[in-house]
Amino acid sequence: MTDRMIVSATINGEPLEFLADQRDSLLEALRERIGLTGTKEGCNDGNCGACSVLMDGRLVNSCLVMAAEVEGADVTTVEGLATEDGLIPLQQAFLEEAALQCGICTPGFLVASKALLDANPNPTEYEARYWLAGNLCRCTGYDKIIRAVLKAAEA
Amino acid sequence: MVATEKPGNYQVVGTRPIRHDGTDKVTGRAGYGADYQAAGMLFGRVLRSPHAHARIKSIDTSKAEALEGVRGVITNADFPQPDDSQVEIGEGATTSARWMLDNVLAGEKVLYTGHAVAAVAATDPHIAEDALDLIEVEYEVLEPVMDVREAMDENAPVLHDFLRTEQIASAFGPGDMVGQKPTNVAKYLEFKAGDADAGFEEADVVVEREFTTTMAHQGYIEPHNGSAFYNRDGHITIWSSTQGAFGVRDMTAGLLQVPVSQVTCEPVEIGGGFGGKIGIYLEPLAALLSKQTGKPVKFTMTRQAVLEATGPTSGTYMRVKVGAKNDGTLTAAHVYLVFEAGAYPGSPMGAGAMCALAPYQVPNAHVEGYDVVLNKPKVAAYRAPGAPASEYAVESVMDEVAQQLELDPMDFRLKNAAVEGSRRPDGAVYGVIGNEEVMEVVKSSDHYRSELQGENRGRGVAMGFWFNVGMESSAYASVQADGTVSLSLGSADIGGTRASIAMQLAETLGISAEDVKPQVVDTDSVGYTMVTGGSRTTFAGGWAAYESAMDIRRQMEERAAAIWDVDRDQVSYSDGGVNGPADDDGNARSMTFKELAGQLAGSGGMIQGRADVNSMEAGPAFAGHIVDVEVDPETGKVDILRYTAVQDAGTAIHPSYVEGQIQGGVAQGVGMALTEEYFYAPDGRLLNSSLLDYRMPTALDLPMIETHIVEVPNPGHPYGVRGVGEVPIVPPAPAIANAIADAIGLRMRDLPMSPRAMLEELLPDEG
Amino acid sequence: MQALKVVRPTTIAEAIEQLNEGGDGARPLAGGTDVIVIARARVRDIDVLVDVKQIPELTAIEWDPDSGLTIGAATPCYELYGNADVVQNYPAIIDSATLIGGTGIQGRASFGGNLCNSSPSGDTIPTQIVLEGVANIAGPNGERSVPVEDFCTGPGRNVLGQGEFVVSISFPAPDASGGARFLRFIPRNEMDIAVCNAASAVKLDGDTVRWARVSIGAVAPTPLLVQGAADALVGKPLTDETIEAAAEASKDAATPIDDMRGSIKQRKHLSAVLTRRTLQQAARRARGEDIPSVGGH
Repeated sequence: MTDRMIVSATINGEPLEFLADQRDSLLEALRERIGLTGTKEGCNDGNCGACSVLMDGRLVNSCLVMAAEVEGADVTTVEGLATEDGLIPLQQAFLEEAALQCGICTPGFLVASKALLDANPNPTEYEARYWLAGNLCRCTGYDKIIRAVLKAAEA
Repeated sequence: MVATEKPGNYQVVGTRPIRHDGTDKVTGRAGYGADYQAAGMLFGRVLRSPHAHARIKSIDTSKAEALEGVRGVITNADFPQPDDSQVEIGEGATTSARWMLDNVLAGEKVLYTGHAVAAVAATDPHIAEDALDLIEVEYEVLEPVMDVREAMDENAPVLHDFLRTEQIASAFGPGDMVGQKPTNVAKYLEFKAGDADAGFEEADVVVEREFTTTMAHQGYIEPHNGSAFYNRDGHITIWSSTQGAFGVRDMTAGLLQVPVSQVTCEPVEIGGGFGGKIGIYLEPLAALLSKQTGKPVKFTMTRQAVLEATGPTSGTYMRVKVGAKNDGTLTAAHVYLVFEAGAYPGSPMGAGAMCALAPYQVPNAHVEGYDVVLNKPKVAAYRAPGAPASEYAVESVMDEVAQQLELDPMDFRLKNAAVEGSRRPDGAVYGVIGNEEVMEVVKSSDHYRSELQGENRGRGVAMGFWFNVGMESSAYASVQADGTVSLSLGSADIGGTRASIAMQLAETLGISAEDVKPQVVDTDSVGYTMVTGGSRTTFAGGWAAYESAMDIRRQMEERAAAIWDVDRDQVSYSDGGVNGPADDDGNARSMTFKELAGQLAGSGGMIQGRADVNSMEAGPAFAGHIVDVEVDPETGKVDILRYTAVQDAGTAIHPSYVEGQIQGGVAQGVGMALTEEYFYAPDGRLLNSSLLDYRMPTALDLPMIETHIVEVPNPGHPYGVRGVGEVPIVPPAPAIANAIADAIGLRMRDLPMSPRAMLEELLPDEG
Repeated sequence: MQALKVVRPTTIAEAIEQLNEGGDGARPLAGGTDVIVIARARVRDIDVLVDVKQIPELTAIEWDPDSGLTIGAATPCYELYGNADVVQNYPAIIDSATLIGGTGIQGRASFGGNLCNSSPSGDTIPTQIVLEGVANIAGPNGERSVPVEDFCTGPGRNVLGQGEFVVSISFPAPDASGGARFLRFIPRNEMDIAVCNAASAVKLDGDTVRWARVSIGAVAPTPLLVQGAADALVGKPLTDETIEAAAEASKDAATPIDDMRGSIKQRKHLSAVLTRRTLQQAARRARGEDIPSVGGH
């Protein structure tokens, strides 16, 4: 049985009403109901960070937020990072530093890194590693990701 | 990041352009398999076995079918039943169609926890999940076999009544069936070189040790997915995040018993594979359910299922014995390997056996290997399959031999280094290799020469080897009027291979990397291309790009000759354009690539280059790693303080992605060494089927990973490429084990060297 | 995910009513980092999630130098380490808040949720115990307060009755001569469930321990307040010997199980190691030394 509800929220700066199931997580709603598939599912229990989004400015794992909780909230996904002026420095730094290989963790890392730089514009390497420890990457060994984040912080 | 001198005078090769698919991947636009959406799409879910070993007595799907929103339910019986013929599954490995189907959906028996039993398609993902609860399966639970040595015992419960041991003398060749009784030992492999017994007699020092490793998962962040649409004309389209679209096409067609021309595999991005996304799990389910329902069907796998039911690499039991003279000369080695195959035969024991002693000249060697089935998931390829385990054992023993001989570990290795012309125990003879060069760079590196201070700190080194065989790749390159080239490829791009292949095309044509537009296309739009795996993609794909560029150059020479009305032989392509004889006024005739591209339409039409290469030549790669660790003797925890990886890449096409491959391999190797393991309950349930408890390294567990790229060009490749992806996972575990020994004098001979395992050794027994 | 509804009360009374009506199938939803995983795994029957975060008291932080600190049960960890009063006066709370999960988890996870999940390894509970935390509970029969050390009754079990939930947790004002520290041991450097964890709090008169509390987790069905450790210290000078005696008391109190996350031997040993380390660092904090939590906090 499905049990649908209408949720009103601001997604990537745009007010949006969408139909979701009572059982949907924010991640499921973003991907399967709204069509914003940039946010990825890696584990569905908060242990990989691939589904990272900003909710009211705060970094959360969207797999551990119920869609019903998003009523009235402001959500930013990877699709909402670039501006009218183009890619933000983080996105540009990820490209220049080759901070991605397969790219599946990249949306989560970008969103988490955005939250980091919003909170701490000049992180140390250790602070960046700590902040991003909830985002798993299996391809890069993190070296180039950390370099990209520190580079973007300087930009 | 030290690059040695450039072997070639290249314009594009060796530079670091931004990857062509980069913007899509930093904006969320890139479409991965799970992102597939279509009107009317159904959601698929899989019911999995709670038992590790059981006979399926009955499956009743009627209640699930009756649930509102459920459109289809299938079991093994809904597939056309295959015979036992063998099918190719990539990298020289084969399996039987029966085993492949039974792994996709269990037949008579379930053979591991998480084994797929039935599949459902419904209008909503939650309904599909609810339907699984309504499927009634009656099991006759059997005793599981969870330990590989117990599985070899003749009294062990047998997984497959028909299995007999096959004895083979080459890793991928056919062998002789030996033994009459049903067994879990699928294969026995043996290589001999010289006389090992005599070699041990000659030795002044002999070290023999036992090792074990647990299963370890590839750990790609993207779970498996597979979607399909079965059109009314019988044509099947598949969307799947796979390392090999052609393989998925062939295997799915095989299981559905339709011609391959009836299946098209669409290119979608893949979120990591490391060997684990070569086989098929969900695609045939989606195709069959789409056939039943007339709707597109999308399957995505849960993380639990990924860990329970998709291929990890083998757990192992190993014994290694090495003999050497007082001057450090190796005299003999005996390597004994037992590899877990999982539920069906096919462990990477053969590759492990060939790699075990590969960095060394061992005059007398005896290598044995066993491929053993047991009630765990069928293993899949995982980055240098088989090598991390066997080389861990060998490199640990080599370190101990060097220690006993009081020799510097790198001097000892250099003294015995395999060189051009050396013959491995399996018979292969090396061409040009960079083994000694890598060892020299390790030895002369700042890291190796620096002093390590502090209590409980230690340094370790280890070498690694992988083959890197080219095999088949195709490319299709289409010149555009604006002087760019659209390049169609069949290789899944998992880590920047669009860029590294496009760069080789650009280099050959003398144009910029940005003027090439590489794209991965569907299986009907490019020639046959094997999996992205085995470190072969930049190697063979680049070669195909080179050949297609050469095809374009030939045609451009012809076209220029026609335009200039000169003899074909008087025109040559060089320096990014065509050059011809001087005209009547004595002016040199030349056109850049762009200029000629602009004239193609009006001078006879556009030009396309195409190529298919199929090289069985290897571009062997060696790696040498140095690691400093600090051990907390009170908790058993090992921290990585500094890490340096040296590797022969042949030629580094895009050095950033070469470094990235090395760093990623190191990270996986560190996980294998320290924290990643499979915990099975005695009844065969996997206890840690989540990324909480399957502990892959986080950003906080690793330091920056220093890389030194050595370039000893592979003479068997137009740009000297060797392939880089596999070998960096090999040295980390033995290097760390050797560093722990250096730090606290403790030799850890079981992976992972977890805090728990370390404390087990460090704490006194307390009754 | 099992079939369920999410309701979002805005008052304590409304939440009590919804929880009471829902019976065993109703669960409060705070940060969701445990309960959503549980509902998704279908391991317990949950048909109503009562999202308590719209109730103002549940996310409030109230600090008074005389009466102490009260944190709303659903206050996410990041609000704690973003709050200057908490950072300055309760560094052990910051230790726990910064060690739980990754940053994304800390954006949601709460001390109240961690307490009510009542896992033996909950990384905030030993801290709450040694800081003399009291859980303020609301329910159909009115309000009551339970010391945190008495709150958990077994793995995943606690004193809450039908319709009851934790509104807030109160901590007395810190003593100028006091210090506290929480540490845990995990195989990685982040993201794991504790193999063993421990918190210690001391109040010193010069070199003499005037008051002490030690709590260890993941070594018994519930986090333990180790009275024997306190007894080994109080009234005595803080020396290697007294600290070792306290550590031995923790080891004696530990009755761990063998599971995939740790062995009995390992956990008993670690309960002593972490007791010693937390006591040493709690004492240094008591003497005014700044010992940071993790991650630059």
